Amino acid sequence: MSGNGPDRRALLKAAFALPFVLLRPNWLPRLWAADADGARTGAGRRDRLLLLVELHGGNDGLNTLIPYQEAAYYQARPQLAIPRDQVRQLTPKFGIHPALTPLMSLWEGKELAWLHGVGYPRPNRSHFRSIEIWETASDSEQVLDQGWLSRVFEQFPVPARFTAEGVLLGKGDAGPLSGGKTRTIALHDPGQFLQQAGAVKPVSLPTTNRALAHILEVRREISHAAFDLQGRIRQAPPLAIDFPASRIGKQLEVAATLIAAQVPVAVMKVTQGSFDTHAGQSAAHHRLLEELAQGLMAFRAAMEKLGVWKDVLVMTYSEFGRRVGENASHGTDHGTAAPHFFMGGQVKGGFYGTPPSLTDLQEGDLKYTLDYRTVYATVIEKWWGLPAMSFGTGRYPAIDCLA
Amino acid sequence: MTLTFDEARHFLSRIAFGGTPDDIRRVMRLDRATAVAQAVAIPTNKAQAPPPSWIHGLPPPPRERKRWSESERKVFHQMLKADGHELKVWWYRELMATPHPLLERMTLFWHNHFTSSLHKVRWTPFLYQQNVLLRLHALGSFRTLLNFIAKNPAMLLYLDTQTNHKAHPNENFARELFELFTLGEGHYTEQDIKQAARAFTGWHLDLRTGAFRIDPRQHDDGRKEVFGTAGSFEGDDILSLTLEQPQVARYIVGKLWREFISDTPDPGAVDRLAESFRRTKYEIAGLLQDLFLTAQFWAPENRGVLIKSPVELIVGTTRLFNLPIEDIGRQIGSARRLGQDLFDPPNVKGWPGGTRWITTSTLLERTQLLHRAIRGHETGHAHGMADMGQAVGANWLAAEPIDIVQATILPLAPVQPLIVGEERGQSVRQLVLDSVYQLK
Repeated sequence: MSGNGPDRRALLKAAFALPFVLLRPNWLPRLWAADADGARTGAGRRDRLLLLVELHGGNDGLNTLIPYQEAAYYQARPQLAIPRDQVRQLTPKFGIHPALTPLMSLWEGKELAWLHGVGYPRPNRSHFRSIEIWETASDSEQVLDQGWLSRVFEQFPVPARFTAEGVLLGKGDAGPLSGGKTRTIALHDPGQFLQQAGAVKPVSLPTTNRALAHILEVRREISHAAFDLQGRIRQAPPLAIDFPASRIGKQLEVAATLIAAQVPVAVMKVTQGSFDTHAGQSAAHHRLLEELAQGLMAFRAAMEKLGVWKDVLVMTYSEFGRRVGENASHGTDHGTAAPHFFMGGQVKGGFYGTPPSLTDLQEGDLKYTLDYRTVYATVIEKWWGLPAMSFGTGRYPAIDCLA
Repeated sequence: MTLTFDEARHFLSRIAFGGTPDDIRRVMRLDRATAVAQAVAIPTNKAQAPPPSWIHGLPPPPRERKRWSESERKVFHQMLKADGHELKVWWYRELMATPHPLLERMTLFWHNHFTSSLHKVRWTPFLYQQNVLLRLHALGSFRTLLNFIAKNPAMLLYLDTQTNHKAHPNENFARELFELFTLGEGHYTEQDIKQAARAFTGWHLDLRTGAFRIDPRQHDDGRKEVFGTAGSFEGDDILSLTLEQPQVARYIVGKLWREFISDTPDPGAVDRLAESFRRTKYEIAGLLQDLFLTAQFWAPENRGVLIKSPVELIVGTTRLFNLPIEDIGRQIGSARRLGQDLFDPPNVKGWPGGTRWITTSTLLERTQLLHRAIRGHETGHAHGMADMGQAVGANWLAAEPIDIVQATILPLAPVQPLIVGEERGQSVRQLVLDSVYQLK
């Protein structure tokens, strides 16, 4: 995307002068160039794909991005701390879990941005409530029923010709894409999906029965998606990349296949889990991180091969991190803030934000240093070039971590 | 006043797994009060399907396990997998054949409330024993059930009470006790959890005997403060203190309302039911009787507004069409793809249910499953609707008038109306594949 910089600056400048409607981005990413229409070549930052990676169960941030110089880290975790000589060092202060070693080349290529201490005030330690907070971008005590991405697409709709707003892979539910009129397609295997979708006919019927209305809506989504997918997958080039056989590897392979087939959507979501490591954490966490790193590297290779790595932004999130001190079961209990990362061809690699203190704790937990909604603001403003949105009771400044 | 056909059909779809025209007519002879009283007066609290042979087995001692070679570990893993499968087959057999469907509906309800999973517990007999416990008290006392479940081997392992030690309290059980089992989010503080967790320290499953015991060396008998009351509370005290909170009854009633009536509990009615649930010391059968006698339970606008769970869809279809129950392995696989793997809920919150059951991928899977079921491809038996005369005991499909067939299969008018004079097999197929068939 070289040469995009000045365009973008011009756009952002214009953003303050133009009526809203003109600001709507061109929702046709370069990713979907094969069926481009001429209208999208005007000014404006092109839209791109967001790949969400949910680390389900609450990933242990401290054993992911490790403050390996801090004595407090080793004191808090006599059993679970990663020995200094096994940490893959990124800087003199921080390194990554050895299972994430495949990501080293990304780091060295400056395509990996670590965000320190992501969390929110008055943290909730319930899985269900905390992930709901993350998914709906609410304040800690505020209950919203629409996902944050669903709200984005309500304000800035994707073109009608998009197959859907989002595709869900794996077991996870729509989360950030739920609620409103957002269309999501849950896919395990596109081929099987098409075969089965042939039998489903769309029906329109006004009804006040919410359960029935939901079923009919899902039928319409299936018909729409099947029609669209059919043509594209038939013509898609084979990926010829080996993805790992893990669940997350399989999900990322399907995501890559859909991208190769130029199925136009704004978001894809994969889920890795469970990170709820209350007991016997070491081996389980190692496996989870290793599968994740291997899967993401295969995905990156596929994107590079398709020439669209610059049009994809990978973002991790999780309901919370885990407690600083280990428990007696060789595990860790629910905590608060944790590091997360962006990766992609347009990411400015490095560290962002301030690492939380390991000694100045709140009830045994890290104090967050970066509100999770700044991560969303970054996606909205810096990735999609949309105007800032407010979340909950505040506005959160985007982070300058994308080129 | 005796029940109408539609009322009797609705009743069976909610308190059982639906019914054939004959089942519906049997209920039609009764009035509401009698139908409900008979439904909750279940003469047993045990399953009838013969249990697997290994149900009393104890897990290999940890010390022995540590010495295992890689291949021994593999054998153990394979055994767990096979036993887990056998356990699921056992429950499905019970679900499909039970003469007391409400007992199984309530056991399913508690399985989704006091969750535990094979995946985490890794000892199949404990999950069997938990299922027996849930059924034993399914319509009994919630207080008794809660007290047993807190000391239940599968639960001790599932929520890490096993490693809840004085020096390092593990809060998992205390948190879920408040958040999911009794009070619901927003009715306790983080402090309550931390303090309550200390009371459960030392609660322990003796792996040599499979019995619950309290390890005094790991138990914190100090002063704790929970819900604003202080004392040197034991775990049992915490359970009692919790049950004194009026919110418990409201929480359980609300959940049962969503299970049996609609997604939108009526706050006034919930309060009244909860009040009486508390007054009767948490007697579940009495609560169900009250719940089934509310005007809302019978209201026409609440018919066909709940989505069948995968288990309800599979078990209900099997029972309604009297399909053979030989190949349960296949049903287990279908239910898993539909998002409900018995004994392996996705997490401690259980299956979220409701509209979440239906996504693009599960709706397609449901359609496939029903296609196969009515074609008879599952077993090779002559269960195709074209051969309905031969279908074992499902003669009603051919013998009854079409409006009775439709009113039996569907809770509401179909999305796609039947064509008058259509061949019967084709009509039945269309009704089963109609979106309304997903509702109860």
